[in-house]
Amino acid sequence: MFKKLLKMTKGYEKYTILAPVVMVGEVVMEVLIPMVMALIIDNGIQGDRGIRYTVLMGLLMVCMAVVSMLFGALGGRFAAIASVGFSKNLRKALFDKVQDFSFANVDKFSTASLVTRLTTDVNNAQNAFMMLVRTAFRAPFMFLFALLMAISINAKLATVFLVAIPLLGVALYFIASTAFPRFRAMLKHIDKLNATVQENLIAIRVVKAFVREDYEKVKFEDEAKAVKAAQRHAEKIVILNMPLMQICANGCIVAVLWFGGNMIGQGTLQIGQLSSFISYIMQILMSLMMISMIFIMLVLSMASLNRIMEVLDEEIDITDDKADKSLRPQDGSIRFENVSFSYAKDAQRLSLMNVNLDIRTGETVGIIGGTGSSKSTLVQLIPRLYDVVSGRILVGGHDVREYSLEALRDDVAMVLQKNVLFSGTILENLRWGNPDATRQEIEQACRAAQAHEFIMSFPDQYETQLGQGGVNVSGGQKQRLCIARALLKKPKILILDDSTSAVDTATDAKIRKAFREQLPDTTKLIIAQRISSIMEADKVVVLDEGKVVDVGTHAELMERSEIYREVYNSQQKGVA
Amino acid sequence: MPGPGHHNGKMERPKNVRKTFGRILAYLSEYRIQLALVVLLIIVSSGASVAGTAFLQQIVDKCLEPLAEQGLVPALVRQLAKAVALMLGIYVAGAMASWVYSRIMLNVTTGTLFQLRVDMYNKMETLPIRYFDSRTHGEIMSHYTNDADAVREMLSNSVTSVISSGITVVSTFIMMLVYSWQLTIVVILMMFVMIKVVGVVSGKSGAYFVKRQRCLGQLNGYIEEMIEGQRVVKVFCHEEAAKQGFEALNDEFSEAATKANIFANILGPLMNNLSHTLYAITAICGGVLAINGVLSLGVVIAFLQYTRSFSNPISQLSQQLNSVLTALAGAERIFGLIDQTCEEDAGTVTLVNATEDAQGRLLEADRHTGEWAWKQVEDGKTTLRKVEGNVVFRDVSFGYVPEKTVLHDVSLYARPGQKIAFVGSTGAGKTTITNLINRFYDIQSGSITYDGIDIQRIRKSDLRRSLSMVLQDTHLFTGTVRENIRYGNLNATDEEVENAAKLANADGFIRRLPRGYDTMVTADGANLSQGQRQLLAIARAAVADPPVLILDEATSSIDTRTEALVEKGMDRLMEGRTVFVIAHRLSTVRNSDAIMVLENGEIIERGNHDDLIAQHGRYYQLYTGMFELS
Repeated sequence: MFKKLLKMTKGYEKYTILAPVVMVGEVVMEVLIPMVMALIIDNGIQGDRGIRYTVLMGLLMVCMAVVSMLFGALGGRFAAIASVGFSKNLRKALFDKVQDFSFANVDKFSTASLVTRLTTDVNNAQNAFMMLVRTAFRAPFMFLFALLMAISINAKLATVFLVAIPLLGVALYFIASTAFPRFRAMLKHIDKLNATVQENLIAIRVVKAFVREDYEKVKFEDEAKAVKAAQRHAEKIVILNMPLMQICANGCIVAVLWFGGNMIGQGTLQIGQLSSFISYIMQILMSLMMISMIFIMLVLSMASLNRIMEVLDEEIDITDDKADKSLRPQDGSIRFENVSFSYAKDAQRLSLMNVNLDIRTGETVGIIGGTGSSKSTLVQLIPRLYDVVSGRILVGGHDVREYSLEALRDDVAMVLQKNVLFSGTILENLRWGNPDATRQEIEQACRAAQAHEFIMSFPDQYETQLGQGGVNVSGGQKQRLCIARALLKKPKILILDDSTSAVDTATDAKIRKAFREQLPDTTKLIIAQRISSIMEADKVVVLDEGKVVDVGTHAELMERSEIYREVYNSQQKGVA
Repeated sequence: MPGPGHHNGKMERPKNVRKTFGRILAYLSEYRIQLALVVLLIIVSSGASVAGTAFLQQIVDKCLEPLAEQGLVPALVRQLAKAVALMLGIYVAGAMASWVYSRIMLNVTTGTLFQLRVDMYNKMETLPIRYFDSRTHGEIMSHYTNDADAVREMLSNSVTSVISSGITVVSTFIMMLVYSWQLTIVVILMMFVMIKVVGVVSGKSGAYFVKRQRCLGQLNGYIEEMIEGQRVVKVFCHEEAAKQGFEALNDEFSEAATKANIFANILGPLMNNLSHTLYAITAICGGVLAINGVLSLGVVIAFLQYTRSFSNPISQLSQQLNSVLTALAGAERIFGLIDQTCEEDAGTVTLVNATEDAQGRLLEADRHTGEWAWKQVEDGKTTLRKVEGNVVFRDVSFGYVPEKTVLHDVSLYARPGQKIAFVGSTGAGKTTITNLINRFYDIQSGSITYDGIDIQRIRKSDLRRSLSMVLQDTHLFTGTVRENIRYGNLNATDEEVENAAKLANADGFIRRLPRGYDTMVTADGANLSQGQRQLLAIARAAVADPPVLILDEATSSIDTRTEALVEKGMDRLMEGRTVFVIAHRLSTVRNSDAIMVLENGEIIERGNHDDLIAQHGRYYQLYTGMFELS
């Protein structure tokens, strides 16, 4: 995992290495400054070197501060470049990976969780990385260097650290290890609280209709109480950190004063040395504190890193590595041979069972069946949005797995049931179908999809801006734009998955008429709830619980298929 | 939906700092004794660190210097021991004080936050549906996540750190003046430079942070859009274009973020080393003064310590400013929610259980009798009227926004036990009518009466209790199946719950669930099929046992086979009740007593099924497939 993450520094390796290196400079200066200070006190003020020496040493100290500042600023700069670069690479790797995801991969993660992984989780990773670059090297180095200096001043005095450091270390470890599970519990309670609010927002009409406001209030208050208790339980441990640190540091100072005072009396220590020793106490203990912070930070960001790695490590289950890149479908014929399919890749829970179908190029085929009869599943296998579990599907005479994905999908246009338009103009959205389409081609496609008229009724016509998800057009208009977009691909096979459900019957009929007249060679697959949409199809496939139960024309099916008749009657029932 | 903790757009600034601050103080007033104690303890703790440093000077001057000159004289050693012990005492007291005030503040923070959350939620529950319809869930959720977090951050960190920094700065300043006015002037001059530099740097970084936030908003927006539309991207082989579009935004964001972070990262070393410089300059000046005999060595050493404890809190104060402003902006939005006006309810007529005595007179009952009455109290006189389910609309006009009327002069009546159906295309106003009956929205003109009483005069909670709704989207709650059904009537016994389930034809599948009625329903019922959820919703309405029932597309997303199952339950549920039904399945509508065909907010046809078919009007068109219903 870390190896993979390390690769994300690509292009920024220099900064990732330089940042801690430069900070060594800063640390050296910072640790040496108290030393100079001791010289000033011992030789300048107390000794006999005089004013000149004091001023010179003071100036030396200013110079060291400036150098330290330069190194520090440089280190900060490098750390910023490195960590932002890291997150940039990480985000890009994630985005590219998600773009390569098949439908099955996306199903596994859900879109909402993918968005969180690319936004919040990447941000957490960036913060952790920055922390790592800035302090993971700096803090231990400072710890060692300051300790070394303290020992060099007076090794005997430095024995106080033998007591203080293990004591503080154990205490910090105890705090961190006790606090973690408690924080995790707290986060769980907060999640639950948020889930309660979310659930209430979604079902607010139910709450109001059943007059359950007070009931919900009590429920929420219980959750909020639990959050309060969990938070107190967790944080009461963490707030021990500061006082503990204070006691440790100040205890050291007091001890040093006592033993140091005695040494001064014996003449084995000078006052200036004592004062710089005190400065080192702070530096040593502070860097110990920083080290424990790094561990806390790393463990906290572990969850985010794991979620990111899950995406990066996800195996893409549909690839065209073995495909013949030059192969293109000859025509729009489709053949299902003993096709079975399961979303769970589980032979016990099949969504499609032994489907056999033969569709000639240019045919119009209707598909009908109840909810959950796997209509959408059937057509999604044609452009290889999912792969079959067993059997095979031939498009234009070849197994779909023999084509490159791009070649296959260029010739198989599909209007999805849950379709999406993107922010941008109508024209930009239509060009998704064909980036090089001329204005004439675009208008022609829109006329066929019965979209031209309403587009022209907008003040900005084809330049009308669509909000995210196409929020400013109605459901029926959106569906017609999506059909036009698919038509622009000039596909050999056109699949409409319940794509005219929000379009009125008359317009629906016009669209079908346009298909008949303008796309005679294109194979058209139409999934519909309405019998009227598929009545004139060359053949209608009746699906029930993942099985093809009948194939035939409207007239034939009316005669022999009970399911078909049932659906027809339920739609016609009562019409005099 | 943006994840928690992610902010879009520009830097947040509160609009009215003083007012918001005042309100936070009002919340804290409950803890005034604790807070007074906290301030006291902060004084003790900061005082201890200042005093400790002062002691250091004393020890150097009175013990160490003589020790250095005279060697280990027992009297001096005793003095040193005494001083050191005292110093230890002061430090321990300081550390204890800081632990105790952190502990108190933890209680204050979590308590205040609890109160804020509860107030927010309690208010939210009383808000009209309009509030929820005009905002996204994410928007409302962010009050509970981002905004509450900002307030928590401020209460738990900023408050104590601002107080203690303030106290430290002031007391250190006094001590410095006491020791040496000459050195104090030097420190003040340097301080001035430091503050100036910090101002310049944070000003620059602020501008870059604004840009960074804006770019982040764009980038995250693009990520959301492309991931949500990923299936379309695949179908159109648009992956490369999506990657390119992403890369441009990613680069732009990274550039802005790098600049912003550079400035933020530089600030630390800058402050740190400016304080070193301050230290060095103080040392030079102090050294010169000490050699000339103006100051003692102890004073110089102590003073040097003070320069440290002076510059740290100042840089801390400057850092806290930002988080305080963010918190105030968050608090302002929370108060914005708390200040929303509640659903209006001037109704006085209440719903009570009733029984009839031997003479057929209505009497109020204190238990569930299955019979209900409207109780009106006028001039001290109580009248009871039987709840029958007689609903009348007279010339009702309504619009969600005043400028756009959705319903025009709608008049209709439903006699007790009748089934009234609404049909028409999307946006014709079918759901709106049901929204008006239970007063999710209030009408603008005309009147709606229920058993002859204007619904405005009925207490809202009682009005809604007398109606039951089954909606198109079935929302279930986290909890067991039994709890979900009981949602309709919290007092229902287990037996009543099961009877309701039987009535709705749900009992069979519930018993087949792994744990029967005690099976947990999770995440809005995701572990149940659409049809099963619908059946639970029907059972939930059945257990409420109301005189009036509203079914809004209750069976629309169920296939024909499941529908047959649901329908039986529905029919039993509808028996003997006034029912308003919206549906586009003919089978649900055709046996209604009256069918209203709505178009553009007007009733254009009405009558029973046979009448309407005979009319050959819009209803006829709708069901002969000439016109699409959705």
